[in-house]
Amino acid sequence: MTHMLLPLFVVIPLGAAFLNSLLGKRIKGFSDILSAVATCALACISIYSIFIIKDAGLIVYKVGGWIPPIGIVMVMDGLTVFMAVTVNLVAFLISVYSISYMEKYTEKWLFYCLFLLMVAGLNGVIISGDLFNLYVFLEIAAIASYALVAFGTEHEELEAAFKYAVMGSVASSFILLGIVFLYSVTSTLNMADMSLEIAKGGSPRIIMLVSVFFLMGFGLKSALVPFHAWLPDAHPSAPAPISAMLSGVLIKSLGVYAIIRIFFSVFGATPQILNTLMLLGALSMMVGVCLALGQWDLKRLLAYHSISQIGYVVLGIGLATPLGILGGLFHLFNHSVFKSLLFLNSGSVEYATGTRDLQKMGNLKEKMPVTSATSMVASMSIAGIPPFNGFWSKLIIIVACVQAQHFAYAVWAVIASLLTLASFMKVQRYGFFGELRGRLSGVQESPFFMKLSMILLAVICLAGGILLLPGVYGSFLEPARDVILAGKDYAKMVFMSVR
Amino acid sequence: MSVYLLCLILFCIGLYCILRKRNLIKIIIGIAITGHAVNLFFILIGYKANGRAPIHSPDQTILNMVDPLPQALVLTAIVIGLAVIALIAAIAMRVYEKYGTFDITKIRRLKG
Repeated sequence: MTHMLLPLFVVIPLGAAFLNSLLGKRIKGFSDILSAVATCALACISIYSIFIIKDAGLIVYKVGGWIPPIGIVMVMDGLTVFMAVTVNLVAFLISVYSISYMEKYTEKWLFYCLFLLMVAGLNGVIISGDLFNLYVFLEIAAIASYALVAFGTEHEELEAAFKYAVMGSVASSFILLGIVFLYSVTSTLNMADMSLEIAKGGSPRIIMLVSVFFLMGFGLKSALVPFHAWLPDAHPSAPAPISAMLSGVLIKSLGVYAIIRIFFSVFGATPQILNTLMLLGALSMMVGVCLALGQWDLKRLLAYHSISQIGYVVLGIGLATPLGILGGLFHLFNHSVFKSLLFLNSGSVEYATGTRDLQKMGNLKEKMPVTSATSMVASMSIAGIPPFNGFWSKLIIIVACVQAQHFAYAVWAVIASLLTLASFMKVQRYGFFGELRGRLSGVQESPFFMKLSMILLAVICLAGGILLLPGVYGSFLEPARDVILAGKDYAKMVFMSVR
Repeated sequence: MSVYLLCLILFCIGLYCILRKRNLIKIIIGIAITGHAVNLFFILIGYKANGRAPIHSPDQTILNMVDPLPQALVLTAIVIGLAVIALIAAIAMRVYEKYGTFDITKIRRLKG
């Protein structure tokens, strides 16, 4: 019966979005509760499925009962569960935060509809075992996010949303084109079956072409450096909970996860692909942090840091050693926690003071103790200060670089980490310390729900290192790492569990 | 072979339109053209000369049929394309209300 859990990942948010659009406008407070309950249920299911996967290894759900490769399948393995926990945990906390934060916007129920649709798309991408299905879910999440970026409907929001939508749809075109080429070569869309077909040899040149298309398409979705131009506009323009969602999980689920699944599980990682990934990762790491240093807009600064941190993740994955992949995945989880927290902090500051400009803030730690303390935790996590989670994952990535004899990348990562520290010292110095400006003397701490979700995220930041402890490590990070290491055995496992 | 080439040219026209045009509406048209080129290519993949629709009935055998799967998928892709175009057009209308122009060189508040 456990395989009945799989469709719930998509059904719950889609159903909640539908109910929301039906009743949200009529009943006051309905959409708040519904959205929080739905995302809470998703988070519980995804945490519960950690234990299922530990026993079963891999679960396949056949949509409509058709056996693969004819029918569509949903596949849940270690990597899927890892991503599902990341996405749904962050989505739940953001949903709680939105209860208070979205009060300042009109039409709150519309926001929740789009938010839940986005969660449905993200979960769908993670759980799908069929390439075209993955594309459809990717588009659901992407369209919802275009609309959410424009949610404020002011000058900046609309401009950013247009830019994001145009670049996103070009990326989607390339992804679809890649899928078409793959279908023409393999005559199948099921990822496991496709992997077996590709293993037979056949047309390596078309696979190369498709790799380039996918690297471009998914690279744009995950904002790796040559394709990053939309991110610093789109992420700051969205409402704060959505910035947290976009930076925290959307670029990872649509971008990094899809890259991992396709290049490792379907194509089988070749040295060319791995070297390209490492190069793109190292480039993103440095360019992102250098551009972030000069920013005075708090959210824009955080958006540039997202580019830089995604670079770490991709560098770690690109090393393709057990330690490197572990570091990359762990950093992916950590980044989604602390970057969401930082965006929620910035939202809280904007809620209270009405500004995002660091030069107009100062000494907010007296007026907003919770926001200031949690942002301190998040800043130290992202900069890699020892007890916090960001330190462990960065350390693992750097050690893995050294182990794999990539000394230049290791030094590069250390420099980027120091620049990150510098940049966040600036945030703390201008934002939360320094002298109080007269204009801000009436500022108050944010409402209860905003504080609650910020504190919970800060606790996860502090406790993140626990995931590396022996007992916990074996059930959460290790299965995900093993899926990537197993590479093309994915196909064998899927077909075995169908029988 | 020439149909594939024409398809490629259509795709490139769409990309050129997105990259070089300064009017928001023309960019949207460019997106539509790229989408159509990809869909057309998908249909061509499943096409067979003198093929017929794969509708099975007990009293006849079908010898030469086209691949039905791309047609089903393209239908989905067209609907997705429609949703994207509708959303982007709506955003473009709101941009025009705010900025009073469709020229992207004049819509530049975000930088840095």
